[in-house]
Amino acid sequence: MTVMEQRGGYRPSPPPAWQPRTDPAPLLPDAEPYRVLGTEAAGKADPGLLRRLYAELVRGRRYNAQATALTKQGRLAVYPSSTGQEACEVAAALVLQDRDWLFPSYRDTLAAVARGLDPVEALTLLRGDWHTGYDPHEHRVAPLCTPLATQLPHAVGLAHAARLKGDDVVALAMVGDGGTSEGDFHEALNFAAVWQAPVVFLVQNNGFAISVPLAKQTAAPSLAHKAVGYGMPGRLVDGNDAAAVHEVLADAVRHARAGGGPTLVEAITYRVEAHTNADDATRYRGDAEVDAWRDHDPIKLLEHELTTRGLLDDAGIQAARDAAETMAADLRERMNQDPVLDPMDLFAHVYAEPTPQLLEQRAQLQAELEAEGETP
Amino acid sequence: MTTVAVKPATMAQALTRAMRDAMAADPTVHVMGEDVGTLGGVFRVTDGLAKEFGEDRCTDTPLAEAGILGTAVGMAMYGLRPVVEMQFDAFAYPAFEQLISHVARMRNRTRGTMPLPITIRVPYGGGIGGVEHHSDSSEAYYLATPGLHVVTPATVADAYGLLRAAIASDDPVVFLEPKRLYWSKDSWNPDEPQSVEPIGRAVVRRSGRSATLITYGPSVPVCLEAAEAARAEGWDLEVVDLRSLVPFDDETVCASVRRTGRAVVVHESGGFGGPGGEIAARVTERCFHHLEAPVLRVAGFDIPYPPPMLERHHLPGVDRILDAVGRLQWEAES
Repeated sequence: MTVMEQRGGYRPSPPPAWQPRTDPAPLLPDAEPYRVLGTEAAGKADPGLLRRLYAELVRGRRYNAQATALTKQGRLAVYPSSTGQEACEVAAALVLQDRDWLFPSYRDTLAAVARGLDPVEALTLLRGDWHTGYDPHEHRVAPLCTPLATQLPHAVGLAHAARLKGDDVVALAMVGDGGTSEGDFHEALNFAAVWQAPVVFLVQNNGFAISVPLAKQTAAPSLAHKAVGYGMPGRLVDGNDAAAVHEVLADAVRHARAGGGPTLVEAITYRVEAHTNADDATRYRGDAEVDAWRDHDPIKLLEHELTTRGLLDDAGIQAARDAAETMAADLRERMNQDPVLDPMDLFAHVYAEPTPQLLEQRAQLQAELEAEGETP
Repeated sequence: MTTVAVKPATMAQALTRAMRDAMAADPTVHVMGEDVGTLGGVFRVTDGLAKEFGEDRCTDTPLAEAGILGTAVGMAMYGLRPVVEMQFDAFAYPAFEQLISHVARMRNRTRGTMPLPITIRVPYGGGIGGVEHHSDSSEAYYLATPGLHVVTPATVADAYGLLRAAIASDDPVVFLEPKRLYWSKDSWNPDEPQSVEPIGRAVVRRSGRSATLITYGPSVPVCLEAAEAARAEGWDLEVVDLRSLVPFDDETVCASVRRTGRAVVVHESGGFGGPGGEIAARVTERCFHHLEAPVLRVAGFDIPYPPPMLERHHLPGVDRILDAVGRLQWEAES
């Protein structure tokens, strides 16, 4: 008796257990980055929203400049600037409701500030007096995350938990082009799609992971195409077109809120400045490339649209700049004050209750401080 | 006089009961991991939980340990109390970045405003004939990470009591389950109100005067067996079951060593860089003038976990423990 005879049948094709799960066509991203400014779509945009975006972009640009200046004055340990990427930073904050959550990376201080965080508290990590300078629950902003893409699964878990509780909460998670190579990016998108979690993933493709260009990062047609493999829609948008980024992100948030599950948005932008103040970008890119992007600047694009259509005049431009200067002056003044440090804080938040071992070490430090005459 | 009929229960059953009771008492407790739902886990430790509480409370996740722990972080941020199962010791390694960079330090990063009450259950250790990546003793990695509690039961009752405490803890707990003790039985009545054991307290499993065996998890029954065998040599050994590696119970350990004057640390984990080195140092620093001999270690060899047909040569056994006890400089007493 042959094996086939024992099993009682013979089937030349696979059993019908396998079926294609999703039609991939509707998930595919736009062929070109979606734009609003300078196109017909701009006419349909809400003028109030455009003016608000403009004011926030100007404020954001000034915030980046002031923070970079503070590194030169020794007031910040380091600052990863988002200059040139303000449209993404601002739109990410503005599309969310108060109850929603933002999961920023270390380059997204600006998004956290646009969400309402105190500009000084947002810089605590980079000043170095603590890790996270704010209570994440207060503005629903997770800690600025340095290990790349590791905050993405947090966003998925939080959105999933909110949905299990029946709460109307969307999580928006931010990551860069380099971060899409990390395993956590893959796992987060996969979990989000399987759970249909209300999450929006915003990839700011700014061209570089420190010095490594995108070509060495991925062979995908676009980063937005990666969405299709997970069974979620991918969107491609001009990341320097604030109106377009806002519209695409707002659509994705609406889709998530309505129970449609996650979306991956790739925003094409450019890191105009070096990775941080400690980096030297001249080692890996030329001025011509940077200059081309400076011409495609998010503030210039929006200012041109608004002034051309008579929605913004010189007085309006000046008003936005004045507001930004006021913010910068306040930031400068407060950052020039030395933070109050208590070395005993080192032991305060390791566990809910310090272990006996930590109590011993705390006593040791206390004794050292007393010997130095530094007791607070 | 009536006696309550106490049926023997296995450690696996006690662990299941602990999760079930925790889930019934607290709707924020969620169990998640690979195969924990319909199947009830590869060791059946989550058996029946999905059926009783639904798949939203006991969830089969995609096969991705970093994703499991990473999403558990987000769930805990939103007020849930996740109980995560890592299917095997060596399969927990992909989750290390989430564990070390986020789970262990989120409370600290946020000045206490965002604690993460996550229990990470990890079946660990050898002795079950598992092939290659199924028998690691990974505790040294965990206890070297500040912000985690590291707990491991050795008895059926402790499995219940310590797991309840771990789930109730507002700090993350790595809960190491000695997989070769999953089927060990003990007289334990699952229908009686159960006690929750405080985390951080060691216990003297066997009193003795000659020397102290300091051990935990899968090596506790081995040490008790060694202590019985040692009676023939005229040694009356005390056995301390640590139960918790972090926090470490210096008080109970040192009180025992001061009584006996001699100590051997026993664990399956490799000796070099293993928990025994830290324990020996702590005991020596605190009990030096009570010691009659150096603190010795009986540990697994410093080798990748061996194939199952050779593992008996690797694991600390009764003979190796007694050999170490024999080297505790007894000649000074005669």
